[in-house]
Amino acid sequence: MDFQVVVLAGGNSKNLTPLVSKELPKPLLPVANCPVLNYVLHQLEQSNLKDLIVVVEGEDAALLVGAWISGTFIDRLHVEIAAVPEDIGTAGALRAISHHLTAKDILVVSGDLVSDVPPGALAATHRRHDAAVTTMLCSIPVSGPLESGSSGGKDKAKKLGRYNIIGLDPSKQFLLHIATGAEIEKDARISKRILHAVGQMEMRSDLMDAHMYAFKRSVLQEVLDVKDTFQSLKEDVLPYLVRSQLKSEALLNRTPQGEENSNEKVSSQNNQAFISRILANASTPSFHGIYSENPDGSSSTRKTHKCCVYIASSSSYCVRLNSIQAFMDINRDVTGDADHLLSPNNIIGPSPKLGTKTTVGPNCRLGEGSEMGDKCQVKRSIIGRHCRIGSHVKVVNSVVMNHVTIGDGCIIQGSVICSNVQLQERVELKDCQVGAGFVVTAGSEYKAESLAKKEK
Amino acid sequence: MDPRRTARTVSDPKVRQVGFFTPAPTERSISDPPRFQDPIQPPSPSPTQVNDHSPSGNSLSPVMIPPAHHHSDNFLRTALQVTSPTKAFSYSAKTVTIPPENEDVASSFSPGRKVVSAKSPSSFPGVKASSVPASELTTVSVVNLPPGISEKAGGASVEVQNDRPVSAKTLKEKTNKAERRALQEAQRAAKAAAKAEGTKASSAASKVVTSANTKPSKAAKSSSQKNDGSQVAASEKKGGDRAPEKDRKKDAPHPRMQYDDKSRVEKAKKRAVVKQTEARNRVELFRHLPQYEHGTQLPDLETKFFELDPMHPAVYKVGLQYLSGDIHGGNARCIAMFQAFKEAIKDYSTPPEKTLIRDLTARISSYVSFLIECRPLSISMGNAIKFLKNRIAKLPLALSESEAKSTLMLDIDLFINEKIILSEKVIVKHAVTKIQDGDVLLTYGASSVVEMILLHAHELGKHFHVVVVDSRPKLEGQLLLRRLVRKGLSCTYTHVNAVSCIMQDVTRVFLGASSVLSNGTVYSRVGTACVAMVAHAFRVPVLVCCEAYKFHERVQLDSICFNELGNPDAISKVQGREEINYLDGLVNQENLQLLNLIYDATPSDYVSMIITDYGMIPPTSVPVIVREYRRDHLWS
Repeated sequence: MDFQVVVLAGGNSKNLTPLVSKELPKPLLPVANCPVLNYVLHQLEQSNLKDLIVVVEGEDAALLVGAWISGTFIDRLHVEIAAVPEDIGTAGALRAISHHLTAKDILVVSGDLVSDVPPGALAATHRRHDAAVTTMLCSIPVSGPLESGSSGGKDKAKKLGRYNIIGLDPSKQFLLHIATGAEIEKDARISKRILHAVGQMEMRSDLMDAHMYAFKRSVLQEVLDVKDTFQSLKEDVLPYLVRSQLKSEALLNRTPQGEENSNEKVSSQNNQAFISRILANASTPSFHGIYSENPDGSSSTRKTHKCCVYIASSSSYCVRLNSIQAFMDINRDVTGDADHLLSPNNIIGPSPKLGTKTTVGPNCRLGEGSEMGDKCQVKRSIIGRHCRIGSHVKVVNSVVMNHVTIGDGCIIQGSVICSNVQLQERVELKDCQVGAGFVVTAGSEYKAESLAKKEK
Repeated sequence: MDPRRTARTVSDPKVRQVGFFTPAPTERSISDPPRFQDPIQPPSPSPTQVNDHSPSGNSLSPVMIPPAHHHSDNFLRTALQVTSPTKAFSYSAKTVTIPPENEDVASSFSPGRKVVSAKSPSSFPGVKASSVPASELTTVSVVNLPPGISEKAGGASVEVQNDRPVSAKTLKEKTNKAERRALQEAQRAAKAAAKAEGTKASSAASKVVTSANTKPSKAAKSSSQKNDGSQVAASEKKGGDRAPEKDRKKDAPHPRMQYDDKSRVEKAKKRAVVKQTEARNRVELFRHLPQYEHGTQLPDLETKFFELDPMHPAVYKVGLQYLSGDIHGGNARCIAMFQAFKEAIKDYSTPPEKTLIRDLTARISSYVSFLIECRPLSISMGNAIKFLKNRIAKLPLALSESEAKSTLMLDIDLFINEKIILSEKVIVKHAVTKIQDGDVLLTYGASSVVEMILLHAHELGKHFHVVVVDSRPKLEGQLLLRRLVRKGLSCTYTHVNAVSCIMQDVTRVFLGASSVLSNGTVYSRVGTACVAMVAHAFRVPVLVCCEAYKFHERVQLDSICFNELGNPDAISKVQGREEINYLDGLVNQENLQLLNLIYDATPSDYVSMIITDYGMIPPTSVPVIVREYRRDHLWS
């Protein structure tokens, strides 16, 4: 279908410290015991998109991700990994690989997207309108209260997807205005020209940019080339394209007919114009077409491009893993309501050894080789591989990763415990995040704290 | 070859043919092209055939070829499978354990990368490594590699099952009951084997079935039907209903399928690319026409965007545009379709062991059936497709692929230019002579030809007034009106309910048409008949403008047999006026049936004149045009 897929997998997100580390880059962060990148790749695989470019921030992360992909998706996907330096943003990452892009349209997917919306729908909308950019919007997921501790994101695009103000045209097909994050505090600046051309704009704040885009390659490369200060797709490139949709530079807009039949003889140019006029008259014009028309009806020199949206239906699941809260939510949903997202290759290992009178509630997932002592309680939690859990341990609403040792009598609530953590006896954790390799001393109590090894 | 030829002649009486049938390939309908594959290239379907479990392996088989081929293929395949993973594994191992070496590899692989890295804001040393070698994981996905091979294998296995009937026929033209039973058993066994080989296999098989049989003998027919069954089952088992194009083409729902025949509809649904839910409350009289729940097709088709392998993107886009109503109007749809086909032909390459003529015809057919699922074909499109297929079939065999492709693309351009654009210009030239100063011209809907006539007359400086009559729900007239007003024509706009009031001022009626049938009936946008009748009652001449390529030799007396049903929601809801949506909540009631017809037929009595590229003719002369020029131009 002439689409190229770029997965922006990210690297070490500061939003997610202490969960991610050098050893565990964000793409490999386990969600229900299977790396988050797996969800995206699996979905792309199901859509028959088997030729991917995965962009990872940082070389070490790229090596780790590459090793994991080659181990998991061997014989199933054709993946190329590109490592880009950190902190160059999403636009920078695309700029770095831009010379690898050759297809007519580019599908850009964020690697932290956990969703069941088929990418084909986005691509089809994109093609149908012959748009410059199409973005997927989904309704904002219902989630628990925001985490207070985690703040100070390096990338605002990744910070919070929920403060979006989005302007749509009445038919809900075109994107007229988009403002994210910090811009909201100020006044919203809406192009008069666009408002005049459309006549009516619907402002929505209940939609979220899912960070799945389809770009026309020529447009994308053009923008990345010309505007070399653009850092983020969501904050810079997309708003720029939306703003300039009625006054796009000449290079952005080439009519498809012109491109295809450029080798025609001059005599047939007339006919070509004729054909395009018939086609244009036959189709219901969007406001772009009406705007670009001169008052006398002839097609004019005003160039436009279309920015379309695909709004995922409210029943579909679509969340980005960009904060610890989101991490908790996704873990909960994936084992609970949205369990169809779990790919079939995520097989649950041989059931772990359970001690006597140990209960494991619903919506739980236990990795292979984990052992639990007597009289434990596990509710709505995920426990990774090869964990050793002592007796009288209570784990509620938590995520415990691999190789964790939990001593007797611990109580863990709403927390994330990374790999290789050691909890000694009678530790009580509530709403905490424990970084990899940390040792919590016996009898300590923590509440809403983030624990990680000091030396780094 | 010889035994089969004789078999054909001998067993001809057994063939159940309804209607006129001649064995000569020239008269064969285009809808089943694989049939005459044989005379020209007999051995083509069977170069790699072999089957170990074939029960008929020892029977006479003119198409058998020694097994070496297949084995080597198989061997090659396994070899590939073995080598590629190991390579990838070794590489990945390398990357993990010895990073510096990997870096070297990376940088050496892509020297061109540094240019970009210099441009990126922070010149980080790692950018070099960012250029990962073109393929860090050369994982040839299993799904991509084997189709060709498995297809061959499948072809072989079913070929056997299919050879059997042929050979049986050659030995004895009449089989008794026991023999038929044995045959069936053998077929079943072969089918099971084919099923085991996978979906692709069995699908490819069905094509081979048709091509291997010189003519549709009864046994072959039954076997091919069974194949379909297995194919459907297999594909369902696989999860996706991605029927390979060949199969889809063969089973394409007939453009004039009767949709009140439940079993046929069920069958068609199984193969459909577009998932369609039949609308529930349909008007009794129009049950034979397809009508689907609108709003369900588009999202469903969209989600399958990447899963329709055989569909060319351009065709897919046009299909989406038909479905969503972005393109309407006979000429525009035809042009859009042909341009998509042109793109598809440009990107086409003949698969190995196939001939361009047959394979391309099959592919075009599969595109067409996809487009039909998106929206029923208009008559103009049907004629255009006939033209294209005919051109493909008439291609000289000696032509190389690139030549053939460029010839076809030229043909398409020629068709668009001559049949559509030039003829519109000629029509405009004729029609303008009928416009005099002071005329009041009435038009209905938005016809591209009529628009051009009006604009041209205006450019010539004639002074006339235009009445644009429009109707809900499409309100196409408004778009026409907009363009006319912008050009400075003086216009009146009204809806079709008021046509009798405005008609007394009108001096001429210009109408467009979707088609003109050979009894002079004008098949056009619904409401045209009404306008024409009112005009007739007021003794106002009705001039129908229609390009000759839209003429059709069919005779139609009413607009019930062949028509198209639109979205019933479009008439039950008024867009932008929520306060008058009285039917909210009633739409799904049993005793309410909504009818949104797209076309109607205007009897020739109400048409004064038809303006076409061959001049201005009375409606009674349409069959002459169809007879005389059709052969010359479309089917030459």
